[in-house]
Amino acid sequence: MKVLVAVKRVVDYNVKVRVKADNSGVDLANVKMSMNPFCEIAVEEAVRLKEKGVASEIVVVTIGPATAQEQLRTALALGADRAILVESADELNSLAVAKLLKAVVDKEQPQLVIMGKQAIDSDNNQTGQMLGALTGFGQGTFASKVEVAGDKVNVTREIDGGLQTVALSLPAIVTTDLRLNEPRYASLPNIMKAKKKPLETVTPGDLGVSTASTVKTLKVEAPATRSAGIKVKSVAELVEKLKNEAKVI
Amino acid sequence: MTILVIAEHTNAALAPATLNTVAAAAKIGGDIHVLVAGSACGAAADAAGKIAGVAKVLVADNAAFAHQLPENVAPLVAELGKGYSHILAAATSNGKNILPRVAAALDVDQISEIIAVESADTFKRPIYAGNAIATVQSSAAVKVITVRATGFDPVAAEGGSAAVEAVGGAADAGKSAFVGEELAKSDRPELTAAKIVVSGGRGMQNGDNFKHLYALADKLGAAVGASRAAVDAGFVPNDMQVGQTGKIVAPQLYIAVGISGAIQHLAGMKDSKVIVAINKDEEAPIFQVADYGLVADLFEAVPELEKLV
Repeated sequence: MKVLVAVKRVVDYNVKVRVKADNSGVDLANVKMSMNPFCEIAVEEAVRLKEKGVASEIVVVTIGPATAQEQLRTALALGADRAILVESADELNSLAVAKLLKAVVDKEQPQLVIMGKQAIDSDNNQTGQMLGALTGFGQGTFASKVEVAGDKVNVTREIDGGLQTVALSLPAIVTTDLRLNEPRYASLPNIMKAKKKPLETVTPGDLGVSTASTVKTLKVEAPATRSAGIKVKSVAELVEKLKNEAKVI
Repeated sequence: MTILVIAEHTNAALAPATLNTVAAAAKIGGDIHVLVAGSACGAAADAAGKIAGVAKVLVADNAAFAHQLPENVAPLVAELGKGYSHILAAATSNGKNILPRVAAALDVDQISEIIAVESADTFKRPIYAGNAIATVQSSAAVKVITVRATGFDPVAAEGGSAAVEAVGGAADAGKSAFVGEELAKSDRPELTAAKIVVSGGRGMQNGDNFKHLYALADKLGAAVGASRAAVDAGFVPNDMQVGQTGKIVAPQLYIAVGISGAIQHLAGMKDSKVIVAINKDEEAPIFQVADYGLVADLFEAVPELEKLV
């Protein structure tokens, strides 16, 4: 079966972002960009499905600027077969991204769509669920285990109280949580091979999708900072402070 | 202006996060209706009717809603929600699962995890793991919003007397089925509702050593959490994770034990009223946010703390 993996180019997980002085956003000039960590897990899961013989082809798609080709090449080096860049210089909301992915799903007809549960920049946690509504597919969000069996996929999900398992009819959508797998690193020969794998570029216009949004960002500010308190010298002093100063125990 | 709040519940009982979500709705202003979609959920519906400030409770009682499968619940919410100015749900794993599916069905954007209401169309929400706070304005006909519970003090669970009305609507979409669940069984309070949280990090060294934290927690009536590092290392299950990708907590007292204080962790606990850090590395970033820091070996400090509290 064909698996579609959606990935996003985001600020690297280790970068501490700074808010711009004019409060228009965060400063991303000269900041290291990477594939969103949850998307790496999505690519890894697809590759494992292919290694098991469950997946026959892995198509990776991203929506972003021309530079997002770097993340597509990374996915190709990890084992995806071909890539699609839906090129848009604008920062798009989740609904617009879901509509673009719906257009790609219509064209590619995958049996399984795997994507990260959230991007670590906008922290929305929306796109997979929205794609579910637009395609009518079932959704297994926050997945920690994915098992394809016949025309169904069993997804074990990380929920607030523990784990829940659902059975979804294929085609279906899976969004990844941290414990689903540990992504591999791309080997040098695979990075070289990835350069020759096909990468197609399309625009939202080509897909006939409007990316207009009903939400606008008025300003972005740094959060209220917490200042460091005091160091106590002993457990006894700590208990005394908690009882008599903070009055929390 | 009428707001529809999607109740978080277990069919038998209403979850506390519903009260925080109603509080956010009250800040927006207007009549508040609460939808309880479930199966044999009469007790949850009765509890919803008693919430202070709720004008009406809608109950959709159908076997298809028993496990909150989004393929079944989202079309119901979208259908009922059309006439409302806002649809709100708690940013729990359940609310996050269902509400974006509702928003897309209504062809509107969703605003995730608001922490403040500026006006009926303008909200604040954290981005970049809480390293920036965005103020966003929505022009959508129906504003679909998830609410971070720690941003809003809960309204009173008692005092209201809302009419309870049965509603029908969408049922089994036939796309998904509930197979089973493994819920953590614990006598300790729920992590996001606890007044005191004791959390362990990589410094705990292994899962067995968490027994020291459980002993301390039981003495304090606290919940036990963990950093992502401790979860990744396999010490404890993921449902204990506090942080950007785990649970967001804001207790009266947060005790971080053997946690270095990565920004992903701080994003999940920095709104706690009092933060205590116990770590043997005095350079650990956790000390920059701690009200009380103790540089000590946790294996000596935690048992001593347990004895003294």
